Amino acid sequence: MTLQSRRRAKNLVALAFATAASAFGLFWLAVILWTLLYNGVTGLSPVLVTEATPPPGSGAGGLGNAILGSLLMNGLAILVATPLGILAGTWLAEYARHSKFGEVVRFLNDILLSAPSIIVGLFVYELMVVPMHHFSGWAGAVALAIIAIPVIVRTTQDMLMLVPSSLREAAAALGAPRWRVITSVAYRAALSGILTGVLLALARVSGETAPLLFTALNNQFWSSDMNAPMGNLPVVIFQFALSPYDDWQQLAWNGALLITVAILLTNIAARMLAAGKKSSRG
Amino acid sequence: MSLALDKSLRSAAARSQSSSLMDRIFSALVLGSTAIVLLSLLGVFVALAVGAWPALQKFGFGFLVTEVWNPVTAQFGAVAPIFGTLVTSLVAMLIGVPISIGIAIFMTELCPDRLRRPLGIAIELLAGIPSIIYGIWGLFVLAPFMQQHVQPLLIDTLGELPIIGNLFQGPPYGIGILTAGLVLGIMVLPFITAVARDVFLTVPAMVRESAYGIGATTWEVVWRVVIPYCKVGLLGGVMLGLGRALGETMAVTFVIGNAHRISSSILAPGTTISASIANEFTEATTDIYTSSLVALGLILFFITFVVLSISRMMLRRLR
Repeated sequence: MTLQSRRRAKNLVALAFATAASAFGLFWLAVILWTLLYNGVTGLSPVLVTEATPPPGSGAGGLGNAILGSLLMNGLAILVATPLGILAGTWLAEYARHSKFGEVVRFLNDILLSAPSIIVGLFVYELMVVPMHHFSGWAGAVALAIIAIPVIVRTTQDMLMLVPSSLREAAAALGAPRWRVITSVAYRAALSGILTGVLLALARVSGETAPLLFTALNNQFWSSDMNAPMGNLPVVIFQFALSPYDDWQQLAWNGALLITVAILLTNIAARMLAAGKKSSRG
Repeated sequence: MSLALDKSLRSAAARSQSSSLMDRIFSALVLGSTAIVLLSLLGVFVALAVGAWPALQKFGFGFLVTEVWNPVTAQFGAVAPIFGTLVTSLVAMLIGVPISIGIAIFMTELCPDRLRRPLGIAIELLAGIPSIIYGIWGLFVLAPFMQQHVQPLLIDTLGELPIIGNLFQGPPYGIGILTAGLVLGIMVLPFITAVARDVFLTVPAMVRESAYGIGATTWEVVWRVVIPYCKVGLLGGVMLGLGRALGETMAVTFVIGNAHRISSSILAPGTTISASIANEFTEATTDIYTSSLVALGLILFFITFVVLSISRMMLRRLR
């Protein structure tokens, strides 16, 4: 074999591998989504939302209480995380852009962003469940908020950094004080980017299971009492999927489909918000 | 917007005295929020250390070198979960890294422009799927498939070989270290791919084109020019994926088998730090049991902190 054809053959093999790798990635996405759809559509009915989780073997019931609990805790978590995350992101982008301390905070925030979520669950267990002596919806919401905050901090910071300095300088030249420059000029220019970050944070916390296992625990009955253990979709899926009962496993699949569709839609909404901004700017 | 802005700026100027107060309030507000974010990280460390203290005090250094995990006799050692965490992550990296780099090469060098965006979105969707979905899918779809097709094949072929055959011994359970590693490998794909694609795109077109200009094939450009050019960033992406794999909980908990022992075969059930915590925490009846699980969490936090710090330092130049 000549050198030329050997190089060409090597090239072909390598590029075929790269193509196969892409097909491999897409294959798993397709398989997972198809399995979810195939197993999750069976038994999909309004009862799923209106009825509470059933005792095993009864063949009836739904996921209503878990959906309610998830909505409450996710909503509360985002409500807490949004102002905190945006303000901290503002500090990083507007007050500490070039400072050493800002660099340290940025570093730690990035670590928090990828830290294992079960660690956050343990933290909130020690922080809230141990002193309160019981699991609660509050603890679950706090755990989810701690996971959401770094996402919002990071996107807020990145989006504010994209706002051209000339805008800020123009406002400052008109005599606007700094807080005015930030709230009336920088925030407005970065608004859709910041909202994208909030949506991404919502998508992230909606699927989190590990931090809820020993903070909110679970509750098989309807409850909106944040001071008591609270039902939630991810933990119900976990418990029902590992149970030996067919009807519970079926509900787990239904729940898995619901949660995935909700998360993918949130992700798509976030992308559209970000893309819409780009085209209106250009 | 400009009119409203003009108005608000004018009124702001008129109230310049109150505005310096507002300035102080606002900067206190943003600094306070940042302090809360910082405190939460510090709080994680302190809370875990406090919770782990009874176990660390009782077992001392032995906690790190003992394999026994016996709730009945209250003897706890962290070796089996640490081993499981490292081995599943290693399997995940062996699968995930070459595939991710392959996808990134395809996206930056081969893919027609029209396909680039849809492919990017598809990979990001893979990242958006929550880990519990990977878990339920792994348990009901992947594990039976592994048990019936893949594992018997591995036992009959690789299991017959000397030395490495030890890795493929025992009955095909379906669940176990290998299956968990495979699920993790699929889960880290999008993270490593995204970083690899971004660092590949930082290679200046002139460098790339010079290589093509002297007659290099596409593969030679990638292997000899692109990858050496961004090896630090690439390694940062791999470490980021590793950080994810080490701490991943739900997907692993479903398919690992939760057995506190070390086995030479990767087909055998095992456990990881995160899976042990998820499985046993609410069942832990004694204080020392709970404390031992928190101590496991502390170890996991330390390991991922180190890995993610390295990753972040390597990716710093990218931003």
